[in-house]
Amino acid sequence: MRFGVVVFPGSNCDHDAWYAVSHNLGHSAEFIWHDSATLGAVDAVILPGGFSYGDYLRCGAIAKFSPVMSAVREFAESGGLVLGICNGFQVLVESGLLPGALLRNRELKFVCRPVTLRVETTDTPFTSAATKGQRITLPVAHGDGCYFADDATLAMLRREDRVVLRYVDNPNGSLDNIAGICNAKRNVMGMMPHPERAADALLGSTDGRVILESMIHSLSVAAA
Amino acid sequence: MSDLTPSELDKVRSILKREPNETETGIFTVMWSEHCSYKSSRIHLKKLPTKGDRVLVGPGENAGIIDIGDGYAIAFKIESHNHPSFIEPFQGAATGVGGILRDIFTMGARPLAVMDAIRFGPLDDPEWGDRNKRILEGVVGGISHYGNCFGVPTVGGETVFESCYNGNPLVNVFALGVFRHDEIFFGRATGIGNPVIYVGAKTGRDGIKGASMASAEFDEDSKDKRPNVQVGDPFMEKLLLEACLEAMHTGAVVGIQDMGAAGLTCSTCEMGSRAETGIEFDLELVPQRETGMTPYEIMLSESQERMLLVAEKGREDEVFAVFKKWGLDAVTIGVVTNDGMLRVKDHGKVVAEIPNRELADEAPLYDRPHNALPYRPAPMDAPADFAQKASRDLNGDLLALVGSGDLCSKSWIWQQYDYTVRTNTIAGPGGDAAIIRIKETGTSIAMSLDGNGRYCALDPREGAKLMVAECCRNLSTVGATPVAATNNLNFGNPERPEIMAQIVEAVEGISEACRYFDTPITGGNVSLYNETLGDAIWPTPVMGIVGLMKTAEPVTIPFKRQGRTVMLLGGLGACDATHFGGTQYAKVVLDKMWGLPPALDMGYEKRVQAAVREIINEGHAESAHDVSDGGLAVALAECAVNGIGASVEITTDLRPEVALFHEGPSRILVSTAVPERLEEIARKHNVEALRIGVTMNTGLRIGDGSVAWINSPVDRLKQVWENALAEQLAPVHV
Repeated sequence: MRFGVVVFPGSNCDHDAWYAVSHNLGHSAEFIWHDSATLGAVDAVILPGGFSYGDYLRCGAIAKFSPVMSAVREFAESGGLVLGICNGFQVLVESGLLPGALLRNRELKFVCRPVTLRVETTDTPFTSAATKGQRITLPVAHGDGCYFADDATLAMLRREDRVVLRYVDNPNGSLDNIAGICNAKRNVMGMMPHPERAADALLGSTDGRVILESMIHSLSVAAA
Repeated sequence: MSDLTPSELDKVRSILKREPNETETGIFTVMWSEHCSYKSSRIHLKKLPTKGDRVLVGPGENAGIIDIGDGYAIAFKIESHNHPSFIEPFQGAATGVGGILRDIFTMGARPLAVMDAIRFGPLDDPEWGDRNKRILEGVVGGISHYGNCFGVPTVGGETVFESCYNGNPLVNVFALGVFRHDEIFFGRATGIGNPVIYVGAKTGRDGIKGASMASAEFDEDSKDKRPNVQVGDPFMEKLLLEACLEAMHTGAVVGIQDMGAAGLTCSTCEMGSRAETGIEFDLELVPQRETGMTPYEIMLSESQERMLLVAEKGREDEVFAVFKKWGLDAVTIGVVTNDGMLRVKDHGKVVAEIPNRELADEAPLYDRPHNALPYRPAPMDAPADFAQKASRDLNGDLLALVGSGDLCSKSWIWQQYDYTVRTNTIAGPGGDAAIIRIKETGTSIAMSLDGNGRYCALDPREGAKLMVAECCRNLSTVGATPVAATNNLNFGNPERPEIMAQIVEAVEGISEACRYFDTPITGGNVSLYNETLGDAIWPTPVMGIVGLMKTAEPVTIPFKRQGRTVMLLGGLGACDATHFGGTQYAKVVLDKMWGLPPALDMGYEKRVQAAVREIINEGHAESAHDVSDGGLAVALAECAVNGIGASVEITTDLRPEVALFHEGPSRILVSTAVPERLEEIARKHNVEALRIGVTMNTGLRIGDGSVAWINSPVDRLKQVWENALAEQLAPVHV
């Protein structure tokens, strides 16, 4: 499978996502520069973590105007898989591809540590290889990861089974312990924790592989 | 106004053969400041060992470089940002990180890791406590802000609290980067006629003469120096990193240097001096953020995130294209000349004309008087009532120690640092040493920062040797072989002989130990005049030492399984009353300080380290932890905080509190399933290996065979250790 990893000015987990896909999972990955109007022949897109455009104004607020985001939007509308990690989640929310907002952490401090998550649904291409209720441990590293949505949106997310990941030990004050959600078509997911940082046994955890492997599995089923 | 002394001004006149103008005087003032010229320390720094088989680049460049095999190399250095961090803690610390990162990538290396050694006054100080908290929160926030956004993991460091850092916090930042041998760049302006190109952020009025400020003591008016502190933009620095590395790969870059202390002045004259060339440029062409800046202001500005590079004539466009892609300014401001002069023009008119070599390398050297005893803040003799005063509540003492500022968990601090970005962190903060893998080879780099102002205050020479020994021991305890070092010398006013004597003693101690442990010094930083209202900090040299190891899963501090043998490699050690006066026990429990630091036998230390490396690398250790501050009992408690404790019996003539809490070096705790193998290896290296106990899940018990000195549930130790710092810092929740 071919993954495209978008590089905004200020992305700093782009290389990590590229390395996890290409070296830990053995699939092909390439970088897509932010002012590119097209994505090229990719099967899935990752919006990586970092501080796109310095996180000026609001996290992800400037990245949504990047030329590449029009292409990402079209790709998503045509059913392509889009995974936003950390700053990538913030970009997806700012772009309106996912509902809600990511606010400053409740403790008002950046937080970096492993957190335990529960997989709430396996009915997404990002979690199809997991089991419902499975606990995974992934690192978080963010200052603005507190998920918030209004009551109606939250009710919709629950009703439509779109809360994909919840924190078991909530590190940032996220509403309803939400760590990751998907869109209505279930082909776009945003998550604050970093699966690409937990794909190599040497670094202490391979729990993140299930997210990337689910994507690869879903793509190969779709291609078959 | 000139900060040059009359004799320095005479020297300027003899170099120029005329009176300097205002701009030239400013240029000499910053280049000959203590911060840039090391004029008080240089003759002593020459005593440090700087050569070794792996050393590719030693002191004098932006960072030292060592070979790590397979065609790869690492660049690393430590630098201080003490003065700015007192005046404006957040930006002071942030720009400290930014400055050292530029030192690394200006050599062509991609930064892989940052560590910080930070020191503050006590958080519960009656007079200074609230201010110390604000400084700590600001410094940690600044490091977090800059490093996280830049995308470099902050993988460890140390945090220490002593009253001598009230009003003079220490912020020492270490950075390390990796590259191939053929990717190394130097700050040299070679090639007559080559264009001199300015890249990165525009120049503003921030940080003007920051290097001079960093070379003065503080007084009541120091807050007025806030405009001297630079403001950092880590996003700009990230772009600058990517653009510089990409520009270097075009092959069109000849030399490059960051604009750090003394900004444009330092980068131009040093690049010219190293290449024995001249540089001529026009200030009119320098990108400026403000209007109406004078030549003096432009030359002395310390605006951040700027670099100066020299490109091959005719290939400028390749460089410009890269910087355009990253949205950064890149402008040709001048040319390399053959006359060795720094010639600064403003709209075509010469405003400064100084020979590069004399400016960069001929700063006055001072052999400051040091014919005094090093200043000692404590008596030599133990308090007369030491034996009576020593507490009989050893369980309470242990809890007090694990909950004390220096020994408690620093997770409140390091959880604010992104320590896993770039997916190389094999062992992050909280271990004896941090470990970063090199993805391209099978090698990992271990690194440790260590300082001990308390030991050095009691005996700067022995304290410095102990610091080097501990730093190497930390590396050996994770299985790495120490190979090279960088140092940050933090002291008071060198014009006072009793302070200068501390400097000389400490440098000679570092020199002796670094020679002995085969860790040449490839660069570093000197920070003097760390005094506020006449009170000097304790002599506080800090070492950063790097070690090499094969990439493998790490051996970490916590006990892993029950029923394993706990071994004390190196033995129980010895300690008399005099050598107990610098311990954490004396500090925390007795609130006293006296005597001398622990006694060090470097030969024995080296053998213990060789033994533990062999034990780790042959896979015989399930956990390993060196015994240092707080002694054996604190080290055992730290091994137990993940839930598995131990029952330990020790046979000794020492008094219980001395046996439990003395800080004698050359000792390492290992838990193992194969104690016989450890004993064999220890015998081979001619060091002691004592079976002192067995791991168990119920608690930590330490006794002498009959009496239990310590008997504490692991949960209780963990709770106190883990929460102590947060409880002191947390805002009161209502």
